[in-house]
Amino acid sequence: MATNYTKVIVDPLSETNPITIQILGVCSALAVTTKLETALVMSMGLTLVTAGSNFVISLIRNWIPGKIRMIVEMAVVSTLVILADQFLRAYMYDISRQLSVFVGLIITNCIVMGRLEAYALSNPPLPSFLDGIGNGLGYSLVLIVVASFREILGSGTWMGLHVVPASFYQAGYINNGMMLLAPGAFIVLGLLIWIQRTLSRYFEPA
Amino acid sequence: MQLLSLAIEQIFIQNILLATFLGMCSFLAISKQMKAAIGLGMAVIFVQTITVPVNWLIQSYLLAPGALAWTGITALSKMDLSFLTFICFIATIACLVQLLEMTMDKFFPPLYQTLGIYLPLITVNCAILGGSLFMMQRGYNFTQSVVYGVSSGTGWALAIVAMGAIRRKIRYNNIPAGLRGLGITMILTGLMAIAFMCFSGISL
Repeated sequence: MATNYTKVIVDPLSETNPITIQILGVCSALAVTTKLETALVMSMGLTLVTAGSNFVISLIRNWIPGKIRMIVEMAVVSTLVILADQFLRAYMYDISRQLSVFVGLIITNCIVMGRLEAYALSNPPLPSFLDGIGNGLGYSLVLIVVASFREILGSGTWMGLHVVPASFYQAGYINNGMMLLAPGAFIVLGLLIWIQRTLSRYFEPA
Repeated sequence: MQLLSLAIEQIFIQNILLATFLGMCSFLAISKQMKAAIGLGMAVIFVQTITVPVNWLIQSYLLAPGALAWTGITALSKMDLSFLTFICFIATIACLVQLLEMTMDKFFPPLYQTLGIYLPLITVNCAILGGSLFMMQRGYNFTQSVVYGVSSGTGWALAIVAMGAIRRKIRYNNIPAGLRGLGITMILTGLMAIAFMCFSGISL
């Protein structure tokens, strides 16, 4: 089992990445990536909620009646999300304002539900917890890449620091405002999926 | 007139899928088949129209700060239950979807045959919960929330049906292997979002 733990964490980073391969949790990946800062906070929130809910559900998996398991899962997940939201409001008010409804939408994020259904319901607590962390990290990785691209191309900054030199602007370079809008997000993620799937040789049937 | 303008804005300019990215998961998965896309689109309009106003009632008569004033009990009228918003909204949505499923099954079997299989998917569709949360955040009143529910649902249905049609058209195109399926759908959605941006600036 000892070797499997590393596999559980490492696999979702690329081979079974929740966003690019499993197509889970795409909504928030697009919405919060205009700046790297918000993307980082969102990734942290999602990783903790996924890991926490995986752990809790896995602990009680033998006592949940099959028919009402969705409701039980929802209750656990929403409780954790409320905790995360209250924490953000208390300590990082500005960021929680920018994330607006998307913290609340972690409840319906498909990664959380998907991992609960696919993994936590049939595995013991510790691997489930690690699976949550792994998938959270896989999600974070995609978010960080997309957010970096969009922030550098869209506003010329990275984590709020100016990275495009002033001489570029003098030479006539203009920030690509399209990157900050919805279409930029879709296209950057589409291209990223292309690269990632080509590298990991995962192809959908035509 | 304001309501009409709100409806146009929600369907075309601030499209819940193309501008605020809600409901992407089911959009990407279901737009593969045209028939299913239409079914799910209809189901979303239906559920959104019901859940947004119901959640408005819950929000303004139970959860908002001071919302319990109508009980007339001073201890209750000072209570702020807004931290329970998420769990109440999602519970309401789950219950309503379940109720809807049962009512449809009993009274409108043909409708149930077409929409029934999509209803359980809707509980976890972020467009539904997102719609209710946006309604709360933007402070709509009751009539506005009804209009918002109908029009955001319609906007979502419009986007998924359009994407279903595009994907049917490109079925036999020779797409690079890594881009097949999810990748190309993402890029097409981006192009569609650019097209929808042409509507911005319209106001009635």
